[in-house]
Amino acid sequence: MTTTTERTAGLNAAGRVVRRRKRDWSVAGRIVLLSIAAVLVLGPVLWTLSTSLRPPAESFQLPPSFLPLDPDFVSYGQVFKQLNIIGLVINSALVTGLIAVGQMITAALAGYAFANLKFRGRGALFSVVLATMMVPAQVTIVPVFMLIRGVGLSDTLLALILPAIPTAFGTFLMRQYFLGLPADLAEAAAIDGASPWRTFRSVYAPLAMPGLSIVGILAFNFHWNEFFRPLIMTISEQNFTLPLGLVSLQGNLGTGSISVVLAGVVLSMIPALVVFMFGQRALRDGLTAGTGK
Amino acid sequence: MSTASETRVRSKAVRGAAGKAERPGRDGRSGRERQPWLPWVFLAPTIVGMGIFTVLPIIASVALAFFRWDIISAPSFVGFDNFAEVVQDPTVRVSFLNTILFVVVAVALQLGLALGLAIMVQEKLPAWLRVFFRSAFFFPLILSAASVSIFMRYLFNEQFGVVNWLLSLVGIPAVPWLTTPGGSAAVVILVYVWQNFGFSFLLFIGGLASIPVETYEAASLDGATGWRKHLHVTLPLLSPTTLVASVMAIINALQVFDQPFVLTRGGPGDSTRTAVMVIFESAFQRLEFGQASAIGVILTLIIMAITAAQFRLSKRFVFYQ
Repeated sequence: MTTTTERTAGLNAAGRVVRRRKRDWSVAGRIVLLSIAAVLVLGPVLWTLSTSLRPPAESFQLPPSFLPLDPDFVSYGQVFKQLNIIGLVINSALVTGLIAVGQMITAALAGYAFANLKFRGRGALFSVVLATMMVPAQVTIVPVFMLIRGVGLSDTLLALILPAIPTAFGTFLMRQYFLGLPADLAEAAAIDGASPWRTFRSVYAPLAMPGLSIVGILAFNFHWNEFFRPLIMTISEQNFTLPLGLVSLQGNLGTGSISVVLAGVVLSMIPALVVFMFGQRALRDGLTAGTGK
Repeated sequence: MSTASETRVRSKAVRGAAGKAERPGRDGRSGRERQPWLPWVFLAPTIVGMGIFTVLPIIASVALAFFRWDIISAPSFVGFDNFAEVVQDPTVRVSFLNTILFVVVAVALQLGLALGLAIMVQEKLPAWLRVFFRSAFFFPLILSAASVSIFMRYLFNEQFGVVNWLLSLVGIPAVPWLTTPGGSAAVVILVYVWQNFGFSFLLFIGGLASIPVETYEAASLDGATGWRKHLHVTLPLLSPTTLVASVMAIINALQVFDQPFVLTRGGPGDSTRTAVMVIFESAFQRLEFGQASAIGVILTLIIMAITAAQFRLSKRFVFYQ
């Protein structure tokens, strides 16, 4: 009896050792594969950064360098000379900022109405709002362009800002957020004599700030990087936004000064990087919201 | 902790009682009795804005598809002529075909990569590494597709590009990436997938996190290990996420524009021209707004059909717990 138990115990221990060694190997293998993927993802960005920090003449030097060991800021000076980059940044910031703020305000109001106020046709109207998300912006761009042209706003920043403010997705997101807040807050506010507007303004809106910041960050990320609408809506260079200005710079320059173009690309990434560092969580939540995860 | 929650419960009870006693109408939240117009004040900016910039343009776009209009002269009604012309136009046909091929290859790559990496990241791994890999794969999503295409165009340069240099290290001769139809298509797909797989990755991470640990424990008790475990447990339980991820990936890929526009301008020839590129070109370069709208209507119908198919499929095939 005792010998059998001892033997099985010994076997068990051996089995466990084998299994653990196997698991260590599989963890190591996964880390290797994941690292290769990470290098492929981050490599091009690092190359962009390090090439932008080289003198233009060495742009295409091979073997390439992925780390800026000996930074040279000539290209950054050049990009300010060859491109009205300050104007581009101001345009992009204005367009993106006003769209983000506009979306936060309108989405908060409409989302609150759909979540907490009762009115006739609420369900039907909300379905219409959701349905508009199915139609891609590229399809409505022709009539929007004509409308903008008709009211004399073509080739202005307003042509980019106004159509982007009403947001179906933001409204949906804020409705969900308000539905998640306790309903008895409104009752309490009503008992305290607060008007419905006051209830929204002083009770619900402050509580909805995390949701609102998701709407704002998503709007920022999308419109800072937007290319299609600026390409169509703006004509003169003084109204270009950053992505459009950079693409036209690449078109204008030969391959001799790619470090200058890349310096512009790096500068244009900085705000997105800041958002990435401080708002990654909100961005992730926003991007995956409404997918029923 | 306990005192706080007790107070909360108590105040809730008090409030509930008071509310019942004092509430004037059926619902204290609505304010319907006093200000029936109030909800419309909240809704006005969004509803008016969407009416002007989304709903009207959708209607106008459908209507415009039946007219010939170049902005300069008055529009004339042409019935289904635009659709007939568009369907026969070789450039439009090639572009739709390109788009469908692009969607099939890019979405398959995107989902495969995302799923594989998500499974690897979610399994046993040091916490800091998990955070690092997740952030790394998510990172390209925050960049502009135009900027990404700008630097990728340099990386794929035939003579001086890093990609061909790396290939030369393993003895592969220089690939004419951006000057041949096949090479261009490959670059557009690779650059698109590079930037977008992180989105599907995020969805899969969320889906994997929602699979209960007990399911895996039960499976390993039954002797399932390694890839068999994933085949028989992960994939079926992940099917709702997979469906959502694939539909979103398909819809996004159908609208691809920035990458081919910056990388190849649709060339060489029409080899990388996409559906949205022909909408852009027929409207804003050839001023054939009716035809552009007709192409847009066709694209929208395809997208709506895929969305409808999603609902059907989710009822029939998706395994819900």
